[in-house]
Amino acid sequence: MSSKTALYIIKRILLAIFTVWVVITITFFVMHSVPGGPFVGEKATTPAVQAAMEAKYGLDKPLSEQYFTYLGDIVTKFDFGPSLKQRGRMVIDIISDGMKTSMVLGVIAAAISTLFGVVLGAIAALRRNKLIDRIIMVITTAFVSMPSFIMGSLLLALFAIVLQVLPANGSTPAGLVLPIITLALYPMAYITRLTRSSMLDVLGQDYIRTAKAKGVSGTRIIFGHALKNSLIPVLTYLGPMLAYIVTGSLVVEQIFAVPGIGRAFVSSITNRDYPMIMGTTIILAALIVVMNLVTDILYKVVDPRITLE
Amino acid sequence: MAPKKKKFTFHVDLSSFMPASDKDKEYMVQMRPSTTFFKDGMKRLYKNKVAFISLIVIVFITLSSIFVPFFWPYSYEDQLGVQPGKPVDSSYNNLAPFEYGRTEQTKIDNGESVFPHVFGTDAAGRDYFIRVIYGTRVSLAVGFFASVIVLLIGTLVGSISGYFGGKVDLIIMRIVDIIYSLPDMLMVILLSTVLKLTLTPVIEGTFLEAIGANIISLFIVFALLYWVSMSRLIRGQILSLREQEYVLSARATGAKGRWIITKHLIPNCISVVIISAALQIPSAIFTESYLSFLGLGVNAPMPSLGSLASDALNGLTSYPYRLVIPALVISLIVLSLNLFGDGLRDAFDPKLNA
Repeated sequence: MSSKTALYIIKRILLAIFTVWVVITITFFVMHSVPGGPFVGEKATTPAVQAAMEAKYGLDKPLSEQYFTYLGDIVTKFDFGPSLKQRGRMVIDIISDGMKTSMVLGVIAAAISTLFGVVLGAIAALRRNKLIDRIIMVITTAFVSMPSFIMGSLLLALFAIVLQVLPANGSTPAGLVLPIITLALYPMAYITRLTRSSMLDVLGQDYIRTAKAKGVSGTRIIFGHALKNSLIPVLTYLGPMLAYIVTGSLVVEQIFAVPGIGRAFVSSITNRDYPMIMGTTIILAALIVVMNLVTDILYKVVDPRITLE
Repeated sequence: MAPKKKKFTFHVDLSSFMPASDKDKEYMVQMRPSTTFFKDGMKRLYKNKVAFISLIVIVFITLSSIFVPFFWPYSYEDQLGVQPGKPVDSSYNNLAPFEYGRTEQTKIDNGESVFPHVFGTDAAGRDYFIRVIYGTRVSLAVGFFASVIVLLIGTLVGSISGYFGGKVDLIIMRIVDIIYSLPDMLMVILLSTVLKLTLTPVIEGTFLEAIGANIISLFIVFALLYWVSMSRLIRGQILSLREQEYVLSARATGAKGRWIITKHLIPNCISVVIISAALQIPSAIFTESYLSFLGLGVNAPMPSLGSLASDALNGLTSYPYRLVIPALVISLIVLSLNLFGDGLRDAFDPKLNA
């Protein structure tokens, strides 16, 4: 690794840290700009009770002090404060509980979509303009233009209600099949199209012709030369794919009643559970930022032709 | 009569050097009139069947979402079973397609004609067809205005950044970098949640109330976050176009700034801008329906395609078509806008196609 690459990586890491800080700051001040504060609208609270509640959660202190306490707690203790609606539970505990299910969902969906996407894309490129290519392209075009919640609802209607082959409730392992398929279809379609176009690009390169001319077998050309190089653009999609899976899981977990972080987030929005909204936004955002960082660095390390800024 | 041709002679055939007759001249005239940039692009677009069909679909959906409500006898908010001064007639709720409520049925039995409920009614007894049409109108309008906002802000910031360069450019581009790396969907959800609460009392009683706090916050979010890729694009365009050789050669042949801008920079830049604005519409529709699905979209009773799909989930077992219809409409709109946008790009920007 050259010193230029190292410098780039350091710069990217600093930008990522800065971005997470910006997210924390925006989230904090935006949430605290809501008129009335979190306890307005609670049933049967007298002003005295409200003042006591605000004192308990530190809401009576000046805003800047609250901000630095919040920031300090996150950095030093990874502490996002207590939940307002689920009394006695810390935000970080609720999030890590939900994260277990959501992680399984997201990782399997990502693995499935990458695997199938690469294979289908390679088949489409190798059989360019044949029937199978056309079919793959039509299907992936349809999947790419369907929002995840529509896809989820339709799959739910088809498999759980009309055919009754899979459970609609996502709290059991079998119930995770439909949410995983829902989450995987869009990235799979995207990766298929990405692999197809980059594979076509690679197949037209001179070194493929050279390999053919010196008598390398077809399989060796495909696996040894073409596929390896056409996977580089796919690598760059890993970051956006994670962002898609995270935001997609918000609605997908809602539809299939999966007890994950997405459902916890959505219900915290409806409940106006402020610390929970803030904590989840920050953690999910940090996850996406870190994943984008890893993707960028991997990309530059894997492909030496990329010029570094 | 031409002189007899002799082999090995150096005599010149004089007939080859006669002045051209009118007939000869005709061959030299350019047969088709010179095309403009726009005409050329339109011709390519017209040849692209997929893009053309998509355009027809878009125009059809848009026109019907605008004009159908004018002659449709039901409105999107009328609960047909609820008449002033009478008990609620629940026979109007959850009608299947082409079924009628009790009072309508007696009218039909008496020989009167009643306008059919093509898609039936929803759980509150509202005609579902007109709700879908209205939802389409709302979704399209949101998509269109959101992209106009993005276009305006992106163009303004991008051209300032590209034109001034230097420190201004550096600062703007760092801000763009940071906004670009923010996870947009999470920020949209956060801002819409908060803006919904903040805006609702502010706009009460003004004309903005009809649009609803959610939609306004959606526009604000788009104005805050989504302009960055547009401004990056335009800055890049301006920076690279300014340095092109044909601009230099135009300047060398004495062209003035005005000529260069109108004849070289704008035609080369505008297509990219319009295309990315066109591709912005489906993404805005996507975002709106996503937010509506989470309950952060349009205010009830106004429907949008996302909120219709979300409402349909409750009665999914009995009335699956109520989900399928808005789902199909959203997918059709997004699909045809994407295909049309791609077609536009291929037709008007052959450079990108390479």
